[in-house]
Amino acid sequence: MSLTAKDKAAVKAFWGKVSGKAEDIGTDALSRMLVVYPQTKTYFSHWKDLSPGSAPVRKHGKTVMSGVADAVSKIDDLNAGLLNLSELHAFTLRVDPANFKILAHNILVVLSIMFPEDFSPEVHVAMDKFLAALARALSEKYR
Amino acid sequence: MVEWTDKERSTVSAIWEKIDIDVIGPEALARVLIVYPWTERYFGTFGDIFSATAVLGNAKVAAHGKVVLKALDSAVKNMDNIKATYADLSRLHYEKLSVDPDNFKLLADCITIAVACKLKSALNPQAQATWQKFLSVVVDAMSSQYF
Repeated sequence: MSLTAKDKAAVKAFWGKVSGKAEDIGTDALSRMLVVYPQTKTYFSHWKDLSPGSAPVRKHGKTVMSGVADAVSKIDDLNAGLLNLSELHAFTLRVDPANFKILAHNILVVLSIMFPEDFSPEVHVAMDKFLAALARALSEKYR
Repeated sequence: MVEWTDKERSTVSAIWEKIDIDVIGPEALARVLIVYPWTERYFGTFGDIFSATAVLGNAKVAAHGKVVLKALDSAVKNMDNIKATYADLSRLHYEKLSVDPDNFKLLADCITIAVACKLKSALNPQAQATWQKFLSVVVDAMSSQYF
């Protein structure tokens, strides 16, 4: 299920429209993930405040979305481009890769909420494929 | 037995009241076919469903979307007995329609996204959690007669 030229174009075009709100997107997606999938809170036991929109959630949402932005710019070779991030997630963070899918779902929900006119089914499939490819690239170094 | 708080019950009803079945049904099913194209296998009699444009213009897809979403009404009205409520439908999807139950989860996700487009920030994190809990109970019920 690799990204076609059409998918890449759709992702880049859509990202162009929404990247200005990246921090809000990241904050809302992370907030939702922590509420809707409480098991994900286990990775953030060191945060003082896990409530939606809290300072640590906002800060981390921004970090995550700059990773997504980076991935958009490296969309032609995600595995190579995200090698360092993969090592980080595999050896330091040790996030169970099942959670990438969970965060991806919440990113898609936030995109639907914030950009309902632009998040057409064609954009939806391109973004779903892109986030899945991103997740695969992040899982590269796990074992 | 699934436990529902009063808040969860009212959240599910409130969301359901805001949903136009005739709009959300077709949209959710269209998204399933476009985002997860392998689901086309179940709709051999629907004609052209092999491109996003075709799916979005297909009258049979739209009609069936309404049927599917209408069926969710039984769950909203029988939240304490969803498993029993869907036993027959589950058997139908297993024995007659031969639908892989993984697809129920895909449909649930597309319904959530269609609802999110409509309700926007009214679907706050807590509402999303409750709505997804509700749909996952329906998904389990739909898978319950597969063995």
